[in-house]
Amino acid sequence: MNFDDTPEEAAFRAEARAWIEANAPSHLLPILSGSGFGTSAEAGEIDMLAEAKAWQKKKCDAGWACLHWPQEYGGRGATPMQRVVWNQEEGVYAQLSFTFIIGQGMCGPTVMAWGSEEDKQRLLPPLAAGEDIWCQMFSEPAAGSDLAGLRTRAVKDGDEWIVNGSKIWTSGAHISQYGILLTRTDPSVAKHKGLTMFWVDMRSPGIEVRPILQAHGQSGFNEVFFTDLRIPDSQRLGEVGNGWNVSLTTLMNERLSIGSGMSTGFEPLLDYAIRAPGPSGGRLVDDPSIRSKLADWATKASGLKYTGMRALTALSKGEQPGPENSIGKLVAGTTMQDIAMFAIDQQGEAGVLTDPQRAAAAARFQQVLMRSPATRIEGGTDEILRNIIAERVLGLPGDVRVDKNVAFDKIPTRA
Amino acid sequence: MQFDFSEQQQEFRQEARRFLAAECPPERVRKAIEGGGFDRALWQGVAEMGFLGIAIPEEHGGLGLGYLELCAVAEEFGRALAPLPILSSIYLAAEAIKSFGTAEQQVAWLPRLAAGATIGCLAAAEGERLSERHLRTAFANGRLDGTKAPVLDGDIADIAIVLAKEGDALSLVRVDLAADGVTRTPLDTLDPSRGQAEIVFAGAPAERLGERGEGWAMFQTLLDRAAVLTAFEQIGGADRALEMGRDYALERMAFGRQIGSFQAIKHMLADMYVSATLARSNAYYGAWALSTGASELPQAAATARVSATNAFRHCAKNNIQVHGGMGFTWQMDCHFFYRRANQLALALGGPPDWEEKLVSRLSAVNMPIAA
Repeated sequence: MNFDDTPEEAAFRAEARAWIEANAPSHLLPILSGSGFGTSAEAGEIDMLAEAKAWQKKKCDAGWACLHWPQEYGGRGATPMQRVVWNQEEGVYAQLSFTFIIGQGMCGPTVMAWGSEEDKQRLLPPLAAGEDIWCQMFSEPAAGSDLAGLRTRAVKDGDEWIVNGSKIWTSGAHISQYGILLTRTDPSVAKHKGLTMFWVDMRSPGIEVRPILQAHGQSGFNEVFFTDLRIPDSQRLGEVGNGWNVSLTTLMNERLSIGSGMSTGFEPLLDYAIRAPGPSGGRLVDDPSIRSKLADWATKASGLKYTGMRALTALSKGEQPGPENSIGKLVAGTTMQDIAMFAIDQQGEAGVLTDPQRAAAAARFQQVLMRSPATRIEGGTDEILRNIIAERVLGLPGDVRVDKNVAFDKIPTRA
Repeated sequence: MQFDFSEQQQEFRQEARRFLAAECPPERVRKAIEGGGFDRALWQGVAEMGFLGIAIPEEHGGLGLGYLELCAVAEEFGRALAPLPILSSIYLAAEAIKSFGTAEQQVAWLPRLAAGATIGCLAAAEGERLSERHLRTAFANGRLDGTKAPVLDGDIADIAIVLAKEGDALSLVRVDLAADGVTRTPLDTLDPSRGQAEIVFAGAPAERLGERGEGWAMFQTLLDRAAVLTAFEQIGGADRALEMGRDYALERMAFGRQIGSFQAIKHMLADMYVSATLARSNAYYGAWALSTGASELPQAAATARVSATNAFRHCAKNNIQVHGGMGFTWQMDCHFFYRRANQLALALGGPPDWEEKLVSRLSAVNMPIAA
């Protein structure tokens, strides 16, 4: 039971730290440190995007991008523990790379697992270097948690596929060069069996991206419409009808991002509570009426942190990250929402203000209050995550699925 | 980084689990709750396995291992809800003598505690929430006067470590409970598997442990260490309550389905898993601090304590809920866990005291802890 680096990890850490100290864009530190916890710099802000690309390119040129990828595709061939050490050292600068996470963390590994060698050589190095941004086109208006219920059709036409339909909640589609696209190629078989995956150039004719104005007033998500989009069959990832298994590669890679750790917001809350006045004068943190809440959130934050360390220990012994890692987002998502609501309450009438110059805690909590509902939904809702824990960790029965063995085109869609 | 028990420590835990599965099945807990009295045979068996002397030096009859081994075994005692005074005798009394006793006191008592021949307890509370300023029990000229209640395992203990006033400060003293001037009365409690007593001292002979006036600080140190060990008992209990709920949800049918296929039940069990997992991770942090003597121990102990208390209570109460009406019957074991969860929540001081310790510690040092 110790937190010490092995000698190899310590050497790697020293190397990473020295390089970051010499190369990181320290002029961005105030922006990166001051942004709302758990939220990224919005991709739509052009300057930050340029900064993000510059940092990514710099990292890639020096061998610090996509650490776990093979070197031939722009990575470093690093161990999972080295990746974690890097993440710890990169600290707030890692926020700059959030724009690339979907591409590098999910789409890239999917192409690596299922794409042709030619595709890999061509697509992966620019992705690692941050030259290309990728998006993941899975969810649809009628297929979110029930992903296999998607309706976007791909019909074979000679050496090409013709795609019609639409996707939604597609993060970063408006700034992406490429995307992976899950389609239905056979509606006459059960829903999981008739799917096929492709990669697509987002500049192709027949693709229209419309940003969605979200509840918190920003537009990171999009709708994507396909009208007679033509995709060469050579851009198919995996066999026809095997798209569900291909998509599982993508989804499993989401889980590999353990160790980067989601914020619960407790640290900013504690910082705020130490500085802010409480209901009976004095510091907020000294008010007995709130200590129980603070203690509860403190144990959630530290519990997640140390759960991450236990997972890393397992990883370093060669174990694969399992479904138990679903607790990270589940706990962080609900906790950050509760914390944000609590923190604005403490600001009294001024708690409604969203101007960072005027809000008591620089609008960190207001920003998170409005963003956190999405955190509890994206990448698996709280309810889906609880199902994963119940079914795959605790071994409870799966939900009743009346559509399981029914041909997709026979599944009722309206009551 | 190695944030887990070593293979050897895990093997030690397995040994404790096998022993307790065979020797301390739920029927034995039931017997204690239904008035069977202290199970001295089981206690002797535990002592013979060496479990009591894990963290006691070999020269004093222990195994001379570390706190991590003791943590690993504590989890199994919690899992089995062992109706035994290990918290009182080992986590508290033996620790007090080991850490603060003179060489003579160590020679006299540690071998007996390790062998289970002597049972120790810690007497601090005086009938209400404990505070440094309001203690009335007094020690002077080698004599002790006052009333302590409730004293966990005070009904069966042979010696007590007592927090008492000495002049205008507090000291820790050791009292032989068989001595003249000691009267004890067993008390009815929420969890009869662990006895509690009122102990009246009327000029009872006592000897000081450690320095005069250092009693409160020593007491806090003892509480911190015991809190980590008790957190392992709590996560053991939480895990077992979760398993019981899960097993019942798989077995019980309603509306033509296993009740564990209903999301209301699945999600309740998933939440139990979440709280037990967070508590386990926090307890590991506490174990690390305890075993390395880290300066973070007070914060780590309070973190482990608050988290484990919440988790055990959460799992124990929802285990009853998963069981439905059956869960509330005397014949099911669910209430054992509910009783123990609440008993352990109040041993070593109640949740508000530990929440207070945790937050004051965090806000004093403002250490970055957050994920």
